[in-house]
Amino acid sequence: MSLSPALRPTTSIKVSAYLTLAIWCVFAAFPIFWISAMSLKAPIDAFSSNPFAVILGFETRRLGVGLSVIDLLWIGLALWGGWHVATRRLPRLVAGLAEVTGPVAAWALAVTGFAVAALLVAVVILPVLVLHADAWMGPLATPVMGVTGAHYRSVWVEFEFYRNFLNSLMITAGVVTVSLTVGTLAGFGLARCRARVAFWILIAALVFRALPHSVLVAGYLPAFINSSEILAPILGEAAPTLYGMPLPVIFVLVAINQPFTIWLLRSYFANIPPELDEAARVDGCTYFQAFRLVIVPVMWPGVITAGLFSFLLGYNDYLVTSLLLDAQNQTMVPGIASFFNRETTSTDQVRAVAAAVSITAPLFLLVMVFQKQIVSGLTAGAVKG
Amino acid sequence: MRLRTFFWFVGPSVALMLIFIAAPLVSVFVQSFYVTSPVLETVERETCAPGFLGEVCTTQTVTRPLLDADGRVVTETEFVGLQAYRSVLELDRTRAALADWDLQALLQIDFWKALRFTLVFTFVTLPIMLAVGLGLALAVNTVTERVKGPAIFLTLLPFIITPVIGALSIRWLFIGDGILTALIEWWLQRDVALFAQAWTIEILMMFYRIWHVAPFAFVVFYAALQTVNRDTLESALIDGANRWQRLRYVIIPHLAPLIVFLSLIHLMDSYRVFEEIVGFSAESHVISLQWITYDYLTPDDAGNRSISRASASAMLTMIGIVILLIWPLRRTWADYSRRET
Repeated sequence: MSLSPALRPTTSIKVSAYLTLAIWCVFAAFPIFWISAMSLKAPIDAFSSNPFAVILGFETRRLGVGLSVIDLLWIGLALWGGWHVATRRLPRLVAGLAEVTGPVAAWALAVTGFAVAALLVAVVILPVLVLHADAWMGPLATPVMGVTGAHYRSVWVEFEFYRNFLNSLMITAGVVTVSLTVGTLAGFGLARCRARVAFWILIAALVFRALPHSVLVAGYLPAFINSSEILAPILGEAAPTLYGMPLPVIFVLVAINQPFTIWLLRSYFANIPPELDEAARVDGCTYFQAFRLVIVPVMWPGVITAGLFSFLLGYNDYLVTSLLLDAQNQTMVPGIASFFNRETTSTDQVRAVAAAVSITAPLFLLVMVFQKQIVSGLTAGAVKG
Repeated sequence: MRLRTFFWFVGPSVALMLIFIAAPLVSVFVQSFYVTSPVLETVERETCAPGFLGEVCTTQTVTRPLLDADGRVVTETEFVGLQAYRSVLELDRTRAALADWDLQALLQIDFWKALRFTLVFTFVTLPIMLAVGLGLALAVNTVTERVKGPAIFLTLLPFIITPVIGALSIRWLFIGDGILTALIEWWLQRDVALFAQAWTIEILMMFYRIWHVAPFAFVVFYAALQTVNRDTLESALIDGANRWQRLRYVIIPHLAPLIVFLSLIHLMDSYRVFEEIVGFSAESHVISLQWITYDYLTPDDAGNRSISRASASAMLTMIGIVILLIWPLRRTWADYSRRET
């Protein structure tokens, strides 16, 4: 798109735009970059007030593995490769796969594949390169930066953080699946219904969106704790105690997220011309058939955005999961509280940092893969609502 | 679409919202008037200890929870009216503080302290979030395509990060002699402890929140900037509008509905400020309304949860958000009705 010369930004505006953006990017990425650096260092370096100690890890280098210039090059290459695959290769791969398996399965496969590959590179291939490639590199191989993976090992193996990870995975997968199934149907119905009641449902949803989650949890807690007595007349002996179980939490999180999901999807479906499904109905389809045959194939961009927001809600939740799940079914985010509340020694603190970085890593991969969808989905959806 | 078909489509979603949002609301409302407590019994217990020349026996009355045949604690629920509200609001202390016109004393009381922080937090972060979001959107809109991709990627990071983790990462930068505290100390040439008093913690929390939500405003504004009508911009140019006037009279009116949308979402989200307090472990200095309810719901040392007081504070929190939302909701309603008719 060419702008008329007078509308083109002047040099001074361009310079200030680049400057603003540069400052913001440092500002946005710095805390995340910094905790990643801290998590790889011995406690004395991690909490040093000298920034070079945190980055280069003087004490850590004395104790454990040192990264040489060449190792840093390897890591840089791996990061660049990940970025390239996520932004260039993966979308094309998904487009190809989607013709065989359908878009959601294609994205799920691609993301899982990407995550597994990233994990393999980070945990297996890079350490091997770092440990063994130095031998034949000569002077370039003098270590300049100390790192240690000890805190990650103790968090994941010794403190069994993988259990929390699996719980998070289960809760999040459940939330996304149920939320999208229920939400797409409702969003489509709301977009095509011109009755007054549709409007009232949307307004009610907006009010529900505003409720603080602790208000709702105050309602669930007594009911969930006593559910076996409350449900006994209906279910008899089999009545379960809902407190501590993952399934009810999934439904709670889905319900909390429904208002946002149906507003987003309603706006998205409203932008799909109604002539499309009307044509199908003229040909003798019912509304459900029209939905399945005509709308489902074109709805994926909106659904993927809604899915991302459901994912974030389920994955990031602290309040609901910490109150409604027992210790054994606990997810990662409340799980980390046990690390930073202990904090008796500085080793515990670095463990908490390592756990925090472990929670952030999947989100990092997710933005890498889905950044286009987040931006374009919001363009088409929520912003017009 | 016929109403019957419509209900088949929205049925599952509406059912979920009714069961898991509307029903708990009703039950919270009812619970706030009742107190469930264990039934206590008083028994006389005689304890004897061997002593010189025979046993020494003392009799004391002990209060203990009554157990039923299965060994579980028997509880009873009684209607207490507004007692839970009174204890959450600490009405006696509130009245005393108001009688003396003593704002300091009023803000010592948990509920009012939390309300003050929640409102200040919400209304301070709102304009800054909008300004930062708009500034970023305008900046990204100006730079070349090659820079846009990485810039958007980095910008989205604070938005998707888990709130508790985000707050923790900011805390680790500042706590003790954390790297940024060291920087401030070097700059001011004096000792600072950012986690030792309420106001610095509040500033850090607002700082964190803006870092976390500005990217969302950015994405929404950036998307909308792509649809600004170029003809209007060019005619404004021909009419002699300078850059600032074009921003003020063409671009901002185009973004106006989104500013309302973002403000609405922000009001809802920052009114329930909570994760910052967990991440900063700030509960001894700063608390929010949602944190009060959470605290009542967490089992205390004896394993009891004060459900009744939690419900009362939940109802009070809810009344607050309803008052805040009346104006934006009426506006959304008016917009929607106008569009539909």
